[in-house]
Amino acid sequence: MLETIMNVWEGLPLVMQIMAKITLIVAPLMLAVAYVTYAERKVIGYMQVRLGPNRVGPKGWLQPIADAVKLLTKEVIIPTNANRYLFLIAPVLSIAPALAAWAVIPFDDGMALANINAGLLYILALSSLGVYGVIIAGWASNSKYALLGAMRSAAQIVAYEIAMGFALVGVIMVAGSLNLGEIVSAQSGSIYHWYLLPLLPLFLVFFISGVAETNRAPFDVAEGESEIVAGFHVEYSGMAFAVFFLAEYANMILISALTALLFLGGWLSPFQGILPESAFAIPVIGWFLDSGIHWFLIKTAFFLFCFLWFRATFPRYRYDQIMRLGWKVLIPVTIVWLFVLGVGVAFGIGPWFA
Amino acid sequence: MLENYLPILIFIGVGLLVGIIPLALGMVIGPHRPDGAKNSPYECGFEAFEDSRMKFDVRFYLVAILFIIFDLEIAFLFPWAVALDSIGLFGLLAMALFLGILVIGFIYEWKKGALEWE
Repeated sequence: MLETIMNVWEGLPLVMQIMAKITLIVAPLMLAVAYVTYAERKVIGYMQVRLGPNRVGPKGWLQPIADAVKLLTKEVIIPTNANRYLFLIAPVLSIAPALAAWAVIPFDDGMALANINAGLLYILALSSLGVYGVIIAGWASNSKYALLGAMRSAAQIVAYEIAMGFALVGVIMVAGSLNLGEIVSAQSGSIYHWYLLPLLPLFLVFFISGVAETNRAPFDVAEGESEIVAGFHVEYSGMAFAVFFLAEYANMILISALTALLFLGGWLSPFQGILPESAFAIPVIGWFLDSGIHWFLIKTAFFLFCFLWFRATFPRYRYDQIMRLGWKVLIPVTIVWLFVLGVGVAFGIGPWFA
Repeated sequence: MLENYLPILIFIGVGLLVGIIPLALGMVIGPHRPDGAKNSPYECGFEAFEDSRMKFDVRFYLVAILFIIFDLEIAFLFPWAVALDSIGLFGLLAMALFLGILVIGFIYEWKKGALEWE
């Protein structure tokens, strides 16, 4: 049985194989995006002592599907003064990089669609492209709120992109590779070998920049409902709006996955090197304790929960505070830590850099 | 070597399709009833009396310029960081000099108030 399936698989043309793999990544990802929106409303609901959505389906489980159907049957309004083509290209430009970045994410040892040696560079390049979607949307709408939102958002994304890039440089210095799989393998050993501890400042900078890059609370001045209604996507309706929404949540999942890969050892088990080898031989429990894709998913889910948690906890930053945090706190912290790392790596100072 | 990049190319295409297909579906399935008031830009009930591509704060421009400098810096740091193990002390000092010059520029722009927003 298995052999016939493998034979059929081998017989497929290369492009078909790749398409099948891409579907295996994109379909769960879109499902995850839909249920992150549901989780967000539920989690924030409970944090604010409400129930959250509970009408559609059992406990509101069908809410994301109801939302999708509703948005699908709404009119896509194109404002009279808008630049039609750019107006429609903008949402596509913001979702394509958010999805395409997943091509190099390793889910388990060697389980990446494209195992390229410039993986991190590719991710940095694609995450910079996301800003085009925002700024084109704001400009093409030809609306004051949209333009203001786009300017704010672009300046913010650009400022935090630098802090994020410096944090990535730190990871590369220690791992000595741009390949995400090799970066994770370099963290194997035990939980103390994860880059969380030796690169703690960079971890904090990376995750804070990630929250700011995705325009999530507390850095959501680009949307700023109370000041500029919804920022760059104020003129978008129906599916055009839904695509922006998908892109935002896909980016959140991407940032969570990257944080898990770069600083928490991706698919590596936290019990590695702590429990004796015999513990991993126990039938079911051993499989769970051992390294595998489930640890990657658990870590990613934890950071996603943090995104929702932040939104329920922190009040929105003022714009000047955001820029001060980005330029005057995060960038100096990363530059100083790069010097520390450089000395640590070049002289092989233990316990981590030896 | 390059065949590793074929899946990426296809994935970018799929990413574009994931954006285009819902958009096209939404435009086909959704109603289409244009109306002058509905299609005008949103301005809290006011009629938009001018083109909204207005002047904006010069500081946004300044941020963009600073971004180019720092992002270029990161682009230089990436290959250096990968090779740090093999270039040793000389590489470290060379990059320290380069980063030092950048830090002086950073301090200058900080003192000049280019990073102030109020």
